[in-house]
Amino acid sequence: MKFRNILALILIFILGFIILQAFNISPEEGQLVINKFGEAEIENRTAQLYINKSVNSNNEKVVFAESNNLESGSANIVTSVIANYRSLDTLGEVTVLFLAATGLAAVLYTNKKKKRNFIVDEASLILKTGVKILFPLLILAGAYIFIHGHLTPGGGFQGGAVIATAFLLKFLADREYKLAEHKLKIVEVLAGVSFVGLGLYALFTEGSFLANFLQTGTVGTLFSAGIIPLIYLSIGLKVGAELTSIISNLIEV
Amino acid sequence: MISFLEEWSFFGGSILLILIGLYGVITKRNLIKILIGLSLMDTGVNVLLVSLGYVENGNAPILTSIIKNNSGAFVDPVPQALVLTAIVIGIAILALGLAVTIKIYEKYGTLDISKIRGLKW
Repeated sequence: MKFRNILALILIFILGFIILQAFNISPEEGQLVINKFGEAEIENRTAQLYINKSVNSNNEKVVFAESNNLESGSANIVTSVIANYRSLDTLGEVTVLFLAATGLAAVLYTNKKKKRNFIVDEASLILKTGVKILFPLLILAGAYIFIHGHLTPGGGFQGGAVIATAFLLKFLADREYKLAEHKLKIVEVLAGVSFVGLGLYALFTEGSFLANFLQTGTVGTLFSAGIIPLIYLSIGLKVGAELTSIISNLIEV
Repeated sequence: MISFLEEWSFFGGSILLILIGLYGVITKRNLIKILIGLSLMDTGVNVLLVSLGYVENGNAPILTSIIKNNSGAFVDPVPQALVLTAIVIGIAILALGLAVTIKIYEKYGTLDISKIRGLKW
């Protein structure tokens, strides 16, 4: 064991001890401490307002397939936090992903064609045939996940990741597979512009950026939750295109 | 023993994951292993955040045809939304780090950070 490892171990024990102290603070009057595991007091947190969908109104009861015209009509409460109450955060998140994809393309950019200095075996018949069957199904599954993001678990990011997985399989099955980069860029740009465009339209009609300017409908139906499905549609396409371009850049090095 | 595990496998385990990742980042010399350490720290933070919002016997915060109204026990949706953001950012950082690693390997022909000129440890 080297000196460096022992030093690192000591540092890590000290750090772990300090972090664990945060869980042992005895509460004084009116002081907030970390709850024990499994005893989070949701009633006292902001989360209760999101669950009741009553941040700006006084709403107490939300019933599946009955309540309508709520503040945020999404049955999936995580989605209503991400794409409605805090959608500006989500815009920032998509921007970070876009910057990372652009930065990766810039770092890996070369204008001279290199030949690979390693030999890749051709993919097996099973993989080739399986990808042919799986590719459209995976695209369909990804689209389902982000279109139903306000009803079921999932959403734009997850659906986009599934779509990128479909393209990864295509790359693995066919070594010579080339992506139409400019078409990918068009999808990405259109999705990003429609996200910002929805926000700007809401700014001019409702008075605040990314406000919900559509009827929220009945909780639990497909055409509900106002602009959340539209936002998730654009996020899903954008994330799918960005992750696919990351994969294609990394694989073509 | 079981109750100890139930109580501490999420808080203690996630902190342990963070510390293991930090140990890897400090001691390893291979750039890929350093990136694996960073990714472990990321996962640890995510597990810690989600477990802070856990409620005993709580449901996933989704209204369905089985859980029809909002009076039932839900786990906290806010940390889950934050962690969804954190996962995506983590993927972005990992991809960018791998791209830089590829460039470093092309330039220096090695992944060992102690052999890269200009970086001494």
